[in-house]
Amino acid sequence: MNRLPADFVLDNLSRRGFLKGVGATGALVIAASWGLPAAFAADAAKKYGGDAMPHGLIDDPKVYVSIATDGTVTVICNRSEMGQGVRTSLSLVVADELDADWAHVRVQQAPADEVRYGNQDTDGSRSMRHWFEPMRRCGASVRAMLEQAAAEQWKVPLGECRAQLHKVVHQPSGRTLGYGELAAAAGALAVPARDTLRLKQPSEFRYIGKEGVKAIDGADIVNGRAVYGADVHFDGMLYATIARPTVYGGKVKSFDASAALKVPGVIRVLEIESRPLPSEFQPLGGVAVVASNTWAAIKGREALAIVWDDGVNAGYNSIDYRKELEAAARQPGKVVRNTGTLEQAMSEADSTLDAAYYLPHLAQSPMEPMVAVARFDKGQCEAWAPSQAPQVTRERVAERLGLPFDNVTINVTLLGGGFGRKSKPDFVVEAAILAKEFPGKAVRVQWTREDDIHNSYFHTVSAEYLKAGLNKDGLPSAWLHRTVAPSITALFAPGMNHEAAFELGMGFTNMAYAIPNVRLENPEAAAHTRVGWYRSVSNIPHGFAIQSFVDELAHKAGQDPLQYQLKLLGPDRQIDPKTLSDEWNYGESPERYPIDTARLRGVLETAAKAAGWGRTLPKGRGLGLAVHYSFVTYVAAVIEVEVKDDGTLIVHKADIAVDCGPQINPERIRSQFEGACVMGLGNAVLGEISFKDGKVQQDNFHMYEVARMSLAPKVVAVHLVTPQGEVPLGGVGEPGVPPIAPALCNAIFAATGKRIRNLPVRYQLQGWQEAKA
Amino acid sequence: MITLKLNGQDHQLDVTEDMPLLWAIRDVAGYNGTKFGCGMGLCGACTIHIDGAPARSCITPIGAVKGQAVSTIDNLHTDPIGQVVQQAWLDSAVAQCGYCQGGQIMSATALLKTNPNPSDEQIEEAMVGNICRCGTYNRIKTAIRQASTQLQGAKA
Repeated sequence: MNRLPADFVLDNLSRRGFLKGVGATGALVIAASWGLPAAFAADAAKKYGGDAMPHGLIDDPKVYVSIATDGTVTVICNRSEMGQGVRTSLSLVVADELDADWAHVRVQQAPADEVRYGNQDTDGSRSMRHWFEPMRRCGASVRAMLEQAAAEQWKVPLGECRAQLHKVVHQPSGRTLGYGELAAAAGALAVPARDTLRLKQPSEFRYIGKEGVKAIDGADIVNGRAVYGADVHFDGMLYATIARPTVYGGKVKSFDASAALKVPGVIRVLEIESRPLPSEFQPLGGVAVVASNTWAAIKGREALAIVWDDGVNAGYNSIDYRKELEAAARQPGKVVRNTGTLEQAMSEADSTLDAAYYLPHLAQSPMEPMVAVARFDKGQCEAWAPSQAPQVTRERVAERLGLPFDNVTINVTLLGGGFGRKSKPDFVVEAAILAKEFPGKAVRVQWTREDDIHNSYFHTVSAEYLKAGLNKDGLPSAWLHRTVAPSITALFAPGMNHEAAFELGMGFTNMAYAIPNVRLENPEAAAHTRVGWYRSVSNIPHGFAIQSFVDELAHKAGQDPLQYQLKLLGPDRQIDPKTLSDEWNYGESPERYPIDTARLRGVLETAAKAAGWGRTLPKGRGLGLAVHYSFVTYVAAVIEVEVKDDGTLIVHKADIAVDCGPQINPERIRSQFEGACVMGLGNAVLGEISFKDGKVQQDNFHMYEVARMSLAPKVVAVHLVTPQGEVPLGGVGEPGVPPIAPALCNAIFAATGKRIRNLPVRYQLQGWQEAKA
Repeated sequence: MITLKLNGQDHQLDVTEDMPLLWAIRDVAGYNGTKFGCGMGLCGACTIHIDGAPARSCITPIGAVKGQAVSTIDNLHTDPIGQVVQQAWLDSAVAQCGYCQGGQIMSATALLKTNPNPSDEQIEEAMVGNICRCGTYNRIKTAIRQASTQLQGAKA
């Protein structure tokens, strides 16, 4: 029995006999009637946004949209669904321009094929901001083709035919033809040229920006029918677990499988080669136990006797490493931004304040641990996986098995959470390696939670140091900030000891406060484990340090933190990120996406107003504020906490104000910011991965704690701010995390007078009353 | 062979008695709604009902439930209270990735069966063992309150 739902295998009409996708790559994308400033046309020479991503954007409707004769519209989703709602949101864009009835829209997930589908890397909060316009054009093209097909059938002027909620209406006569009736004729027409497309005016939108669009996968989820990585099942399938090196760079010296092979159900034990460091996206190697069910594979692994060579990182100890980072943060380092004359301003300052902050490693730990199924037969490998990076997965599987790229198929299931972990295909490559040993059989590699926590691609660990020289009015004339953290780029090449431009550009170099003298430095830090993307990435440490420090400065100046923030922002202005030494700007055009301080002010004022900023609170309660720009979206948070005498922390309310530009699916935007708030609280209050002798000290959720219902704010209110004028889309999935930890710690300070500079908060509030007395 | 009363049917499963119900249900009986999250009873993704009471299937050996009725999220739509909870989940658009939600719904349904009108504290107490990494807790609370209100109304 194959328990895949029937629609899982992609057999879209568009695969047969239609045009190959006409790539928008390299072409100037037409400025749509909504959301694109005209300035965009000016920088066509350099690629930005979706055009700059590998394989760029594709807007051929015959790749993405099909209509069956019964009128069912099928939209191909080329991005991975991990809870952000992209299968719903991208499809509703197509459906809106197509003027389709949402009840008759279905979604199929694209397999890995970027030449056909354009870029599929589901990361960086990019899906809607890059794919909104191409998907609109897909929908509008099909609408035009349906109208043309109807005009030809009726032999009437095209201008008299209008698509309207799943049928084309001949306006003078009132005759109608359903989309299903027109599908075959419309499919035979050429796709209209981009510059002939009529995109809807916002006032005509049926779904875009509207509430109440039903989630595509909602009913399957509540009925347990949704198919995640671990739900792909084939008769006779084999189940594997792998004992991996627990130290980065470790490998198997020797192993004895005799006891494991005696476990009922265990079929074979085999070694997976460990490649030299850095590991890139390759599996770590180890010893695999292949069995007839998952439980036998787990028990078999427990019975293995393995002697490990721990390798060069066996000395990685978090306690010592923290001291190294903190010492480096007190010394000059590589200068990445230098405006004005810092030393002079510092020496002439009326007073100075400095502070150091520390944030530990975190593990993404999505609820679905890594899992993948692969089958190898006759020189072909097919895999099913919850992957954020299908194309990269396909490339790495092909490389590792020595197969031509075309002989590898990667099917993308739903993801039981991703948060950046599933951008790395190591777990899929493992399944492919094992599948090759059992030709014709499907093999599922299942990671346990311990595997996930021990062998994540961890969020970086960082020490941040800030020093400000202050004028008499309490505002800074000089600003020194050093960030020290191992870089994700250390995965790819040796000696990568500085943060890369994309890491520095996450809330560090692009700090937008109006301060005349600024020096930003990045001392060296070597990586001793796999550091990877974790939802919001380097914005987490940078945002925490800056937003905590600004609160400290406000208190030193004896000023209200909100008023102080507004003064620091200075006059409303649009800042070219290049003038802040940020050449990256999330891959977006600096003209199209300047940093707009009026939008920072807007979210600050909105969150503060909603929270009743300035009101008097009972003893033990406090309000904290933070604002952070990331993924080209503006977010402010005000958090209200209560700290009990025994140190118990209660988060009463979080007001989150968001300006992410035009809102496509407001309900899913709010849900992302609600979730980011909870995850941000978990990061701040509980989250810590630590190493001893190169090994992670936490095993499962009792040691690596994440937010439970008890930590969630009693109320989370997300306020969507509608921007003034025409601005393009911002990111949604990630920018909600960075302001949470500093808003929380600023609230704790307001409640208790205790400043938390080192995360996690965890036990630091115990005894705060005694300490105060 | 072990006989498992699962979702209203007897299943003959060729497994060892120490196999956790989770793996027997998923790998052998073929129901996929029950999810693996931690293997230690810490996250609740694997929550099932044993004779109507919530249990963590990842730490419950199949040998321990002989003769007892096991039910999973896959079959919850046949349960009148379960249906109300599922609908409340849809109405509040609770799910993000959805992976933990089967377990959340099983815990919530078990709560409402024993306590049709739980206070906020009682909701938290019943649900604190179910982790949602996407952070949907506030909507879970909203959905449980809605289901509770509806069930109260139905009874009145």
